[in-house]
Amino acid sequence: MKPAALLIVLPALLAGCSVAPPGAEINDPYEPFNRQVHAFNKTVDQAVLRPLSRGTASVPGGFTQPVVNFSNNAGLPGAVVNNLLQADIGGAATNTLRFIVNTTVGVLGLADPAGAIGLREVEADFGATLAVWGVPEGAYLELPGFGPSTERDAAGRVVDFVLDPLDRLDWVPREMQEYSFPTKVAEQVIERGALGDTFDEILYESADSYAQARLIYLQNRRFELGETQPAEDYYFDPYEDQ
Amino acid sequence: MTFASTRRTFLAQGAALAALAVATPALAQDVASARALVDRLVADVNAVIASGQPEDRMIAQFAQIFQAYADAPTIARYSLGADARQATPDQLARYTQAFSNYVAEKYGRRFREFIGGQVVVEDARAVPNGIEVQTTAIFANEAPFRVDFWVSAGSGQLKFFNLIVEGVNMLLSERTEVQALLDQRGGDLERLIADLNAM
Repeated sequence: MKPAALLIVLPALLAGCSVAPPGAEINDPYEPFNRQVHAFNKTVDQAVLRPLSRGTASVPGGFTQPVVNFSNNAGLPGAVVNNLLQADIGGAATNTLRFIVNTTVGVLGLADPAGAIGLREVEADFGATLAVWGVPEGAYLELPGFGPSTERDAAGRVVDFVLDPLDRLDWVPREMQEYSFPTKVAEQVIERGALGDTFDEILYESADSYAQARLIYLQNRRFELGETQPAEDYYFDPYEDQ
Repeated sequence: MTFASTRRTFLAQGAALAALAVATPALAQDVASARALVDRLVADVNAVIASGQPEDRMIAQFAQIFQAYADAPTIARYSLGADARQATPDQLARYTQAFSNYVAEKYGRRFREFIGGQVVVEDARAVPNGIEVQTTAIFANEAPFRVDFWVSAGSGQLKFFNLIVEGVNMLLSERTEVQALLDQRGGDLERLIADLNAM
């Protein structure tokens, strides 16, 4: 897809972000469809992702950490653009510095010397940018292969993928652009391995793994984005109705 | 909406506001003792982590820590939702017992994520439903993450009644879980108690 095409698709995607009814914490009008995707994702996890991630979990961190570092580093230009779109100048400066240090001293980002001196990534994606711009979260979605999301975050994923500024940085070695996507996939597998037991517990041991995954994703995402409920709703009192 | 229900809503809101007004000026002393409670809990967890025992020994000890510091009856009751009102006192007592063991074991296992890291108490403050104690879990190769404890003396003893890890809330997770378990059993609380005991 050409970037220009996105300008046409994006407003349509965003217009689709339905506003949750007041008081409802979970807005899931596509639940029947989402549950089918969830069943599909679980099958893929069982057949492919989980066995692979068991493999990576048994490999020493000395081999897997560089892959994770490389993938994180390749994602930094995109984070910087989103920092700027969110008017987070400090975050953009930190991530830029981090990218320069790790790409050079850290050999294409395989090592993370920036992290060692306290330059940690200030995470930013286009879904978060849309949140800062006031776009509502929209309905809950479970995406094939990617898992839990929302209409707003799904739109953000598309934009981040299509408009990755890494591809437009001429001074960056071509290897970084070429291996950005495969290492991103590998990173997912490695992280699935690192969180293996917790992941298994949610997917295979909870009574309703779809509802658990949905609840966990939405709460964690809102926490990340600082989209908390009003205090009197958030701090509900379980002693009240005893 | 009828006049009566509007009036009821209004009265309920008034009562809630009044309760809030009474609850809000939590004494500095309450904040300090809630913080001290979490300090002790964190010290216990860190001591188990530092002991370097085999993982399953650690998990058993984490379960004991959970049992000692958490208000399991309140968490149990909340997890049942509206079904708690239909249960007999005897059923509720047996459910609480079964659920307490299940939840301590589960979160004991979850504390294993702290192995290799350290938990640090950051701050404590009064919030509408008690005291919120904020902690940070720190690991060598990861960004630190937030763990909040909600503490109350509502049970008669100072205990924590909710645990929030990066925004993810234990009470809501357990209510979702228990509702699903009940649905699978056609709403039969007796079967749920039996199955929780067998877990």
